[in-house]
Amino acid sequence: MSAAIEVHGLTKTYGDLTAVDDITFSVGQGEFFGILGPNGAGKTTTLEMIEGLRQPDAGRVRLLGENPWPRNASLLPRIGVQLQASSFFERLTAREQIRTFAALYGVPAVRADAWLGRVGLEDKAGTRTEKLSGGQKQRLAIASALVHDPEVVFLDEPTAALDPQARRNLWDLLGTLNESGRTVVLTTHYMDEAEALCDRVAIVDHGRLLELDTPSALVRGLDADVRIYVDAALLDVDEAAAIPQVSAAERDGDSTVVRTKAPSVVLAALAERQVLEGLQVKAATLEDVFLTRTGREYRA
Amino acid sequence: MTAFWSLSVATFKGFFRDKQSVFFAIVFPLMFLVLFGGVLDFETSRLELVEVGDVALVEELPPPAQDAFEEAFEVTSTDDLDEALTQVAEGDVDAAIEMRGDTFVAHYSQADQVKAAMTQGTLRAFVDAANVAASGEPPRFAFRAERVEDESLDAIQFVTPGLLGWAIAMSAAFGAAATLQGWRESKLLRRLRLSPASTGQIVAARIGVAVIIALVQMAIFVGLATVAFGMQLTGYWWMAVPLIVAGTLSFMALGLLAGALAKSAEGAVNLANFFVLPMAFLSGSFFPLDGAPEWLRTISLAMPLRHLNDAMSDVMVRGLGPSATVLTFVILLGFAVVVTAVAARLFRWDAD
Repeated sequence: MSAAIEVHGLTKTYGDLTAVDDITFSVGQGEFFGILGPNGAGKTTTLEMIEGLRQPDAGRVRLLGENPWPRNASLLPRIGVQLQASSFFERLTAREQIRTFAALYGVPAVRADAWLGRVGLEDKAGTRTEKLSGGQKQRLAIASALVHDPEVVFLDEPTAALDPQARRNLWDLLGTLNESGRTVVLTTHYMDEAEALCDRVAIVDHGRLLELDTPSALVRGLDADVRIYVDAALLDVDEAAAIPQVSAAERDGDSTVVRTKAPSVVLAALAERQVLEGLQVKAATLEDVFLTRTGREYRA
Repeated sequence: MTAFWSLSVATFKGFFRDKQSVFFAIVFPLMFLVLFGGVLDFETSRLELVEVGDVALVEELPPPAQDAFEEAFEVTSTDDLDEALTQVAEGDVDAAIEMRGDTFVAHYSQADQVKAAMTQGTLRAFVDAANVAASGEPPRFAFRAERVEDESLDAIQFVTPGLLGWAIAMSAAFGAAATLQGWRESKLLRRLRLSPASTGQIVAARIGVAVIIALVQMAIFVGLATVAFGMQLTGYWWMAVPLIVAGTLSFMALGLLAGALAKSAEGAVNLANFFVLPMAFLSGSFFPLDGAPEWLRTISLAMPLRHLNDAMSDVMVRGLGPSATVLTFVILLGFAVVVTAVAARLFRWDAD
């Protein structure tokens, strides 16, 4: 599988601030690639250098084998972009917006209208974008980015500022985007989003690439404890600590939290004691990865 | 649909759906046209006379002279000289006339010197005419007035090109400033840069829309002025069309400069206003510059609107031909090129 994107030693500084600091990675064709980090971590700047909107101060970008900077007109029809803000024409309806974007790529109006259906905006076709909800605007922006069926699509924080329900709804759509072999690059500051959608995740902070792997490998690499929550009325902390292979036990509200690296052994022991009612198992998440890697609590 | 066409349509719809832009581009300047051209009548109104007692001279004028007299003066009568003089003093009438024996006496106020001189001169002419008539000799010299189209144009004639120029300057400059700044804020500029549409197509579409708006303004202004207020267009009035195109480019350049300098869409429009409103005053859009001091008129030569206004007056109401506008085209297009270059240097992609 050849790489859709190759980035080597990418660096960008603004005055004293190093927004992107010597980042190297590559994205395979058809991959769903996530760039994860808190606000101001350098995600957008990285994306903009790959798209060809900004010139890197140092390093090299190859997008579909070509250099995107300066503006590479032969590359543009092959990529789709959704930018962080809602970039629409003023006072146009959803249908007019997507048809206008389609026309920029020489795509007929019929195909633009079909995209409205695919993102579930058929009923809103005649509504002006100013009147759409945040989630609907993002759907329209994503449809506008995909209307010319690009090989690589860049989505810059598509779920930012959405309520949890709208965010989950959008995930269903996002999850289908790389089905036909399309490469998707997504930035997000939501850990759960990266875990749910991405094949591989690059964790960035202060412009540096901290980790790059599949979400499960990142979590596994942590060698972190699995936490098992048991009803405190059924099992107290001392009893829990006495179970073999338990590394620690503590009280958290109504629960006794049992930490272990061997969940199957501990769960069997808990089953023997018949304390499984209301039991919850929580594995380590990307959040734990971030915490371990930076020593800081993750704040989006 | 090509990129150019679809961008034009999108921008065009965006403009005409914005009630506020339409108001400021069309309705607002039209209000001034109605005010200056329709309500305020700048036409030389008839001089008002009050006749004290019977003024034999007027009654003895030959019939054609009598008609002329009635055309020149609006006459009221009174028997009370004091009351008549009070009316003159208070400016209610321009002069009071009476006969003292064979002497025709006109009382006037020096408060309005122009009217005083006009009253004196006109009355003197009627006295001369009456003297000639009394002598029984036919007059040796005839007099006929022929009007030259100049500053004495009717109000609507000189007000229309100036206000039209202002309206075009406003909508072109505001439109360019708001589009540049708004599209930058919403990142639409970047989004378009990542589409295969070339900068040329994007700019051409925006210019095309601005030119169409300007020509719609012209159609409405000239239509209303001719139909409702009796404006008379002279032969080469259509030369205003290319002039307006060139002017639109100049004013858009000014708007781009405002958009490049400002940090928000509101700021961009305010800055454009800061450029356009003083320019409109200095370019004679609201009142003629004839009374302005020499230095002010010199400054006004640096303003594209001044040249557009003058050239539009020349071809629309003064009857001059296309050759009178050559220098104007050079100035307007030169201004557009220079200011656009400055704006391009100052332009930043990011709003912050």
